[in-house]
Amino acid sequence: MALKVVIIGNGITGITTARHIRKLSNAHITVISDETAYFFSRTALMYVYMGHLKFEHTQPYENWFWKKNKINLVQARVDKIDFLHKKILLNDASFLDYDKLIIATGSQPRTVDVPGQHLKGVQGLYHKQDVELMEKNTAGIRKAVIIGGGLIGIEMAEMLHSRNIAVDFLIREQHYWASVLPIPEATMISKHIAEYHINLHPQTELKEIIGDKNGAVKSIITSDNTEIECQFVGITIGVQPNVNFLKNSEIAIDKGILVNEYLETNITDVYAAGDCAQFTHPRYKHPAIEQLWYTGKMQGEALAQTICGHKTMYNRGVWFNSAKFLAIEYQTYGAMFNTPAKGDTTFYWEHPKGKIAMRANFNASNFTLTGFNFMGIRFRQAVAENWIIAQKNIWEVMENLNVGFFDPEFFTNHNQPILTKFLQQYPKPIA
Amino acid sequence: MKDEQISMALTDNSEASTLQKTGIILFASGILSAIIALAGAGNAQPVLFFWLAFGLSTAGGLLYAYTYFKNPSGIQNNGIFKNGVNNSGVIAWLTGLVFTGFYIILYWFPQYLEGLIRATDTFSVLLRNRPADQWFLYGTIYTLAVLVMGIRFIGKYRHSRYQVIRTLSVMFFQTGFAFLLPAVLLRLNQPEFYFSYFWPLKYSYLFPNDVNYFLNSGAVGYFMVFWGAVMTFIATPLLTYNYGKRWYCSFVCGCGGLAETVGDPFRQNSDKSLLSWKIERYSVHSVLVLVSLATILLWINSYTNGTVLGNFSGSFAKSYGFFIGSIFSGVVGTGFYPIFGSRVWCRFGCPMAAILGIFQRFKSKFRITTNGGQCISCGNCSTYCEMGIDVRAYAQKGENIIRASCVGCGICSAVCPRGVLKLENLDEKGRFEGYTKPEIN
Ligand SMILES: Cc1cc2nc3c(=O)[nH]c(=O)nc-3n(C[C@H](O)[C@H](O)[C@H](O)COP(=O)(O)OP(=O)(O)OC[C@H]3O[C@@H](n4cnc5c(N)ncnc54)[C@H](O)[C@@H]3O)c2cc1C
Ligand code: SF4
Ligand code: SF4
Repeated sequence: MALKVVIIGNGITGITTARHIRKLSNAHITVISDETAYFFSRTALMYVYMGHLKFEHTQPYENWFWKKNKINLVQARVDKIDFLHKKILLNDASFLDYDKLIIATGSQPRTVDVPGQHLKGVQGLYHKQDVELMEKNTAGIRKAVIIGGGLIGIEMAEMLHSRNIAVDFLIREQHYWASVLPIPEATMISKHIAEYHINLHPQTELKEIIGDKNGAVKSIITSDNTEIECQFVGITIGVQPNVNFLKNSEIAIDKGILVNEYLETNITDVYAAGDCAQFTHPRYKHPAIEQLWYTGKMQGEALAQTICGHKTMYNRGVWFNSAKFLAIEYQTYGAMFNTPAKGDTTFYWEHPKGKIAMRANFNASNFTLTGFNFMGIRFRQAVAENWIIAQKNIWEVMENLNVGFFDPEFFTNHNQPILTKFLQQYPKPIA
Repeated sequence: MKDEQISMALTDNSEASTLQKTGIILFASGILSAIIALAGAGNAQPVLFFWLAFGLSTAGGLLYAYTYFKNPSGIQNNGIFKNGVNNSGVIAWLTGLVFTGFYIILYWFPQYLEGLIRATDTFSVLLRNRPADQWFLYGTIYTLAVLVMGIRFIGKYRHSRYQVIRTLSVMFFQTGFAFLLPAVLLRLNQPEFYFSYFWPLKYSYLFPNDVNYFLNSGAVGYFMVFWGAVMTFIATPLLTYNYGKRWYCSFVCGCGGLAETVGDPFRQNSDKSLLSWKIERYSVHSVLVLVSLATILLWINSYTNGTVLGNFSGSFAKSYGFFIGSIFSGVVGTGFYPIFGSRVWCRFGCPMAAILGIFQRFKSKFRITTNGGQCISCGNCSTYCEMGIDVRAYAQKGENIIRASCVGCGICSAVCPRGVLKLENLDEKGRFEGYTKPEIN
């Protein structure tokens, strides 16, 4: 009998695990998920709303792919797991057995706790159904408010902007995403947001949502008691592991399902990965819960090895991430925070016209590269990673930036001004 | 309500939206004038209707193109899939029908174009020192369309210098090499020759008839034969080795130029399924075999003075010209833009693309590099690839994209929100090696 593997969640984590198990073994694979019948790219939901894509374009594999690769798809919700008898209870009251179970149920949007939070027109953005709801909630409206200035918040602002809906964007920090971005980058993005006529309210929180007589949003009250008229309130204050259905079961949960570096839970033959997992002992400078597309994918790859008998530790490698703030692309490599990590010093260059910038952090005592931020510049991941791992000398790095530039052909190369400014600030020591 | 919102979403402010509406009205008046000219008014008042038909529609087109410069620079794809014209809806089929109908009339019923042909007479005499015919009319419309829609394209993608440069290049080659130069040659009583088209796309340039005709037209004719042969047999492989097929398809070719400019609103309609890739490979390579066969047969026939093949080679070549040269490249190739995407002909039919593709796939420095593990599988690249390449399938695995059909338009790289793709010419060695994450402890 082939090994029976059941995966809950057909997101990037569950599907990557399934695909890699299929490559490595003849296990019997079943993926259960309630949101959609087929795997799709959550990161592309904004483009569906904006009309850049149809929903079907967000599905990376054609529908025949799953049968051909013998990956069983079941669209259902898991209500309960009987870990003792290795049985899963689905919402249609049917049962499913497993030998090995992988929980990859992702996240759900965090909600606010203010008066009016349940009014019509108040919502978060995570699932496909949220986009459909947003389509309804924003039909024909003029004004919207977004609460929370993270990555999903700015995507939502861009989505609404594409429909000519005026946006008031409330953020807790002084500048957009200043909890992660250093002040110059955060300021640059805040300015860019203003160019789109999106109204950023720094250091402002939501106090109350006010409804009209039909129970729909009419306005909000901010922490400084200003009333802002709006017909839609987007709550984008982050996501949290989607593990409610496991509360009060034997599986150990803190915020997410607790796992070790092999993605094993406290129960034998049960694993968790992706957005819903929380590392009991996170690595130095790494978060305990990794809520990213990339990390979900890499966790899935490692986990498939373990399931197929090649026990493999999840290795995040050099941290990287990327995003796009309206028209400005952002790429980051290494451990980059809003202030340099302990023992690091920093160099920042910005194009006189704004919108293009780069930052390199390096160890203040031995002058080795620790990380990069790029705004409006594309940079080769392999080059950045290899330099960071090799602890390359910062002057060598700056003199060889050309090797890593990844902008399309004919684009202006900013190597020279960057190097000039760097050498002014940090003259090369005479060897 | 909904439609109004969407058309507004296309442009950022009401000023732009007014401009856009004015542009559309002007363009429609131009088309209306063209119809009146066709009904007979063109014969009576040629100059007036030249200006009305071409002037108004060009002005309208330019105004519409100008609105793209008013939007913030960056990717401007808002609402594309909410709009019936770009989106294989009923309107797309209707647009396709109009395009197709135009080609059918142009090829087989040019008498119905008489009114417009006469309207272009003055212009034709000015350029070529002879009255217009349907091909001159077609060339004029074609070139104007490439220019106007080229400006729109530049406005839309102006944040990308790669896009701007290659669009200026196709506009230049269409206007200079495919429109003005042949006209001037005629004026100088030289053979009409398109220096930007080569065998096998312009198949007749290596057919015995054309070669003999050129060779009999003196020094200029000799140069034309020489140019054609050098371009086909020496320049094509060399340039493709160094830069990929894009040097031709996205910088020089007039068919490619039309697809990139007029066809841009439809690029997303190309089918990305594995099945259509299969069909594409059979179809495009069959055309290459057919045109090669036609050429070889004609030469055998010409050497043997018709004793071996009789009329066969001639009628074979004629059928090729009819089915591939006219129906496929013209009627289907452009008429079906709205349904199968802008590069239907380039993808399924063009024998030049087939040859360039074989070089590109097996012997070239060109590739699209994937930037490590940064792909979020969003699908923008695949959706906007006019050649129907499932770019994402490679990008999400960290593999480079090396596909025979890629014309190097660079749109996948432009629309990618994570900066994952780069078109580049690097050392041939290692071009198939993808990205693997370096291990650290
Ligand atoms: C709008 C948006 C934009 C984003 N952009 C980026 C980005 O640019 N880059 C990046 O790195 N990350 C991005 N993210 C985050 C990224 O999408 C997530 O980290 C990733 O999708 C998590 O994958 P997952 O497979 O762990 O979980 P999910 O994708 O959430 O998949 C889990 C699936 O399991 C289903 N499920 C849950 N519970 C049950 C149950 N009890 N029974 C059955 N099925 C269940 C869920 O419905 C869901 O379909 C974005 C997220 C959002 C919402
Ligand atoms: S793969 Fe990219 S560059 Fe090649 S044809 Fe498609 S969109 Fe253009
Ligand atoms: S557009 Fe970029 S991020 Fe999106 S699927 Fe293509 S390569 Fe990946």
